[in-house]
Amino acid sequence: MSVARFWRKIPHRYNMLGTKCETCGRHFFPPRSFCPDCRRSGKIADYKFAGTGTVVTYTVIHTASEQFEKLTPYVLAIVELDEGPRMTAQVVCRPDEVKIGMRVKRAFRRIATDGESGVIHYGTKFVPVE
Amino acid sequence: MRDVAVIGAGCTTFGEKWSSSFRDLFVEAGALALEDAHLSGEKIDAMYVGNMSAGRFIEQEHIGALIADYAGLATHHMPSTRVEAACASGGLAFRQAVIAVASGMEDIVVAAGVEKMTDVEPGASTDTLTGAADREWEGFVGATFPGLYAMIATDYMHRYPLTREQLALVAVKNHYNGARNPIAQFQQEITIDTVLKSPMVAEPLRLFDCSPITDGAAAVIVAPLERAREFTDTPIKVLASAQASDTITLHDRRDISTLDASVVAGKWALKMARCTHKDIDLVEVHDCFSIAEICAIEDLGFCKKGEAGKFTADGETALNGTIPVNTSGGLKACGHPVGATGIKQVFEVVQQLRGEAGKRQIDGAKIGMTHNVGGTGATVAVHIFGRA
Ligand SMILES: [Zn+2]
Repeated sequence: MSVARFWRKIPHRYNMLGTKCETCGRHFFPPRSFCPDCRRSGKIADYKFAGTGTVVTYTVIHTASEQFEKLTPYVLAIVELDEGPRMTAQVVCRPDEVKIGMRVKRAFRRIATDGESGVIHYGTKFVPVE
Repeated sequence: MRDVAVIGAGCTTFGEKWSSSFRDLFVEAGALALEDAHLSGEKIDAMYVGNMSAGRFIEQEHIGALIADYAGLATHHMPSTRVEAACASGGLAFRQAVIAVASGMEDIVVAAGVEKMTDVEPGASTDTLTGAADREWEGFVGATFPGLYAMIATDYMHRYPLTREQLALVAVKNHYNGARNPIAQFQQEITIDTVLKSPMVAEPLRLFDCSPITDGAAAVIVAPLERAREFTDTPIKVLASAQASDTITLHDRRDISTLDASVVAGKWALKMARCTHKDIDLVEVHDCFSIAEICAIEDLGFCKKGEAGKFTADGETALNGTIPVNTSGGLKACGHPVGATGIKQVFEVVQQLRGEAGKRQIDGAKIGMTHNVGGTGATVAVHIFGRA
């Protein structure tokens, strides 16, 4: 991913900054500037997510694309944030530890490196809540 | 709206075709389809070509014009349009051809699909296919395409009674059918053990749960039904064409284990064809992974949610079952050249309805369905065909 394409989303990737529709209370991550439910009557404001959630489903990736090969096997999950939206993210735990319903919280981690001397991308992974 | 019929169909063999270029593939498929319809190229009014990612796979864009040119039709100046919807590119190209003829705008239209996937390393093709999902919010965090379907499988197996062995039986059945299809990439039968002992890709999916990397092309020709017998004695009528969309990410879906776009497109298609799923004699579904076939036969209404594992284990989807699924071998055994798959599904149903499917022929097949999925279900095309 190009530097600009990544940098553009840094506030969202680093800080879990999303939006909220103040008309209906629905939260959006990644952020949306238009509420699909309220449409033009939706009033959108920035919202910083608490970063806690629950594992909805998961897999353990054994065959990855080049950028992630060194990480295998790694846990990938769909996490439902406590505010409602779901996101796809890695969970930093042993492959046999992950299960549906597991409580997790966000952690700031290195996601990938572009090539040998490339840019290091950071973002959100999740860790189990003790 | 005019009735539309398929008057010709052709398909290359599928596989790792080291000696064939992208251009060789579509020229071969197109020539086979024209020959089948007893047509010469200059009679074609328009062409739609399904292709997912020639830009990434062979660094070539502008596929519509390239194909018309190499089909020898550059000086004919016929309109030629590329259609892209990831793995559903072929199904959507076919639908565009049907719409063009049904509208009365064009008469003789080619719908083709082509993908040349083996000119890049496997790591690069894995990454390219990840572009069928959401690059920024799925691919970027380490999701692979098999990984996303694996998360469907985990969710499904947590909620419904599907055993690992039943899931393997999808691949076993599709290899059995592939062994009876001369164009299939894999011609050998396998056992449950073959699947369970193959390398893990993304838990719980193993290598033999996954469709392969494939080169191939397919082409069909559609025309107004009223003119079809000028070209063939066995026209196949297009009874329905439906297409539906859903969220690009898997995590935003209403239900992880249901492809709502399949449910909706399936319902629309049955309504348009004025039939029920009980009238369907065979169906080609989009089994890019074994779990995808499980979801598809439920989402299309052939069995209830949660029962597809038992349905498969009971042999209901086999060649001699109540609803034969993927008689071609499906994406798993016939192969999955992404942009060509949707057209190959039409090619298979046409062969079956004409009674030309050889060792995998479904006796007396009158109505067939195709189901083509883009990404993890963000685009679905469903078509229904009948003997004219
Ligand atoms: Zn709202």
